[in-house]
Amino acid sequence: MNLTIAKMVAGRIVAGLGSLLAVSVLVFAITAVLPGDAAEEQLGQDATPEAVKALRKEMGLDRSPVLRYFDWLGGIVTGDPGKSVVTGMPVDEAIASRLPNSLLLAAVTTAFAVPLALGLGILCALWRGSAFDRFTSMTSVAVVSVPEFLVATLAVLVFAVQLKWLPALSYEVDVSSPGEMLRSFALPVLSLGSVIMAQMMRMTRAAVIDQLAAAYIEMVRLKGASAARAVLFHALPNAIGPIANAVALSLSYLLGGVIIIEVIFNYPGIAKLMVDGVAQRDMPLVQACAMIFCAAYLILVMLADVCGIVANPRLRHQ
Amino acid sequence: MTTATLLPPATETRKRRLLAGWSRAGKLGLAVLAFWIAVALFAPFLSEHALGEMSDAGVFQAMSAQHWLGTDYLGRDMLTRIVAGTPYTIGVALVATLLACGLGALLGLLAAVTGGWVDSALSRFLDTLISIPSKMFALVVIAGFGSSVPLLIAVAAIVYTPGCYRIIRSLAVNINAMDYVLVARARGERRGYIMRREILPNITGPLLADMGLRFVYALRLLASLSFLGLGVQPPMADWGSLVRENLGALPVGGVSVLAPALAIAALTIAVNLVIDNLPGHTDADRETH
Repeated sequence: MNLTIAKMVAGRIVAGLGSLLAVSVLVFAITAVLPGDAAEEQLGQDATPEAVKALRKEMGLDRSPVLRYFDWLGGIVTGDPGKSVVTGMPVDEAIASRLPNSLLLAAVTTAFAVPLALGLGILCALWRGSAFDRFTSMTSVAVVSVPEFLVATLAVLVFAVQLKWLPALSYEVDVSSPGEMLRSFALPVLSLGSVIMAQMMRMTRAAVIDQLAAAYIEMVRLKGASAARAVLFHALPNAIGPIANAVALSLSYLLGGVIIIEVIFNYPGIAKLMVDGVAQRDMPLVQACAMIFCAAYLILVMLADVCGIVANPRLRHQ
Repeated sequence: MTTATLLPPATETRKRRLLAGWSRAGKLGLAVLAFWIAVALFAPFLSEHALGEMSDAGVFQAMSAQHWLGTDYLGRDMLTRIVAGTPYTIGVALVATLLACGLGALLGLLAAVTGGWVDSALSRFLDTLISIPSKMFALVVIAGFGSSVPLLIAVAAIVYTPGCYRIIRSLAVNINAMDYVLVARARGERRGYIMRREILPNITGPLLADMGLRFVYALRLLASLSFLGLGVQPPMADWGSLVRENLGALPVGGVSVLAPALAIAALTIAVNLVIDNLPGHTDADRETH
């Protein structure tokens, strides 16, 4: 039995690695092969053919795209993605200085959003159809359907400008004291958190309600158990799989949300680094950041799959 | 007396049929949607003069009788800016959605009807596209090619094709197994006929609902890109660019940053209301199943 699970999990991991490889081909093709000659572009229109040829040789553009791809892939895997075209700084240093900030933001957001979203989702399922459920569901639909920057803009307007509780833009994360750190983190975390919470809450609510429709819940209710007991002790354990799946999937929305949040709050994270890189068309930087994001995304999706497999015995016998 | 005189005028029945079955929330969504479409159609008639005119009232003004939605970072009338941005906002997303759903539906139908290696090759290829987050894909493409309206349309279309493909394929596979499709095959009908006449009419409802959903996604993606400064480029401006331009108004509580953001919210929520309340779509509360 455990062997079956291990086999399926291993299968998912191999599939995930395969996807990542396919993604790397796509990223390299879009940034380095399809747009045309990078050397010509760098030197401008009135460059002599000799200068272009020399630069092409220097940049290694005279070799076939396949060879260049494997070189590049080797560099990414060994942690040497090359040098920034704009600043000349090694890309891995730039990323190393920014990545911890982004991970911190993501970790704080997760720690606060996951329990809250699960709690709200379960309460909504418990009080399904009540005013509380309708209000929460409507709010989450609204949050899901508007762009992240609207949520962030509103948060700044309400908490920093109108109420003056929090600093508006966290240019520097002040880590001098825990209180100050929380204050400068509050708005980015709040905006980012509400986006993923809305997703997670909807999926949690759906998972629990799905279980509530099952026959065994009717049996529990007929036995005379209260609604709370039926939900917490009977439906919830059976919904753990879908919920874990939902949590992992919602966390993958973090990756999209973090791009907007870091830009709007001027937060020195890796997403801001990448957006600046895109604006300046700094390919090595963009490629490395894109691969990091895609890897994180695929890991989260894989985790969601694995949670589904482990929690659902029926999936093991496909 | 002919039968024609006994029947009410055709337009009247059509009208009644059009709005019958729509709940109040659905009608609200339709009204908001119709409003924005009207604005988008009106926008090209704005004069060049009105577009670039700087007010003497100054920058980041609050709402006033002269400037209903205040002024922007250059002192231009915000209401005019939003109206002028409507066609870009709606148009780009709409064209991208139509392309994505058209292509997704075509490939989905083809995969379902043909089966075999066509099906698995298509599914495998489009699944690879799904394994890149949409914003990341857009950023990578824009880094490679620079931003332009046709490119933005292409990016959004590519990003949302696989999702539509999946839905249409799974629906079409079920219908493909129906007896009447078998009969059509036995009659010797061509693949195109089966896709178009036997299967497509049976999945138009879900296809339309899916289109609405993809439209909201595309709108969000494009607005986010513009907000990052990587979407529609100046002097063109969609609502996302308007939010970006006027971020400076935040500390003064300016309406100029809030108004375009709320315009996006109004549009996306309206489309959501319409999809959730499509008549005949009985399970409006989709999470329940």
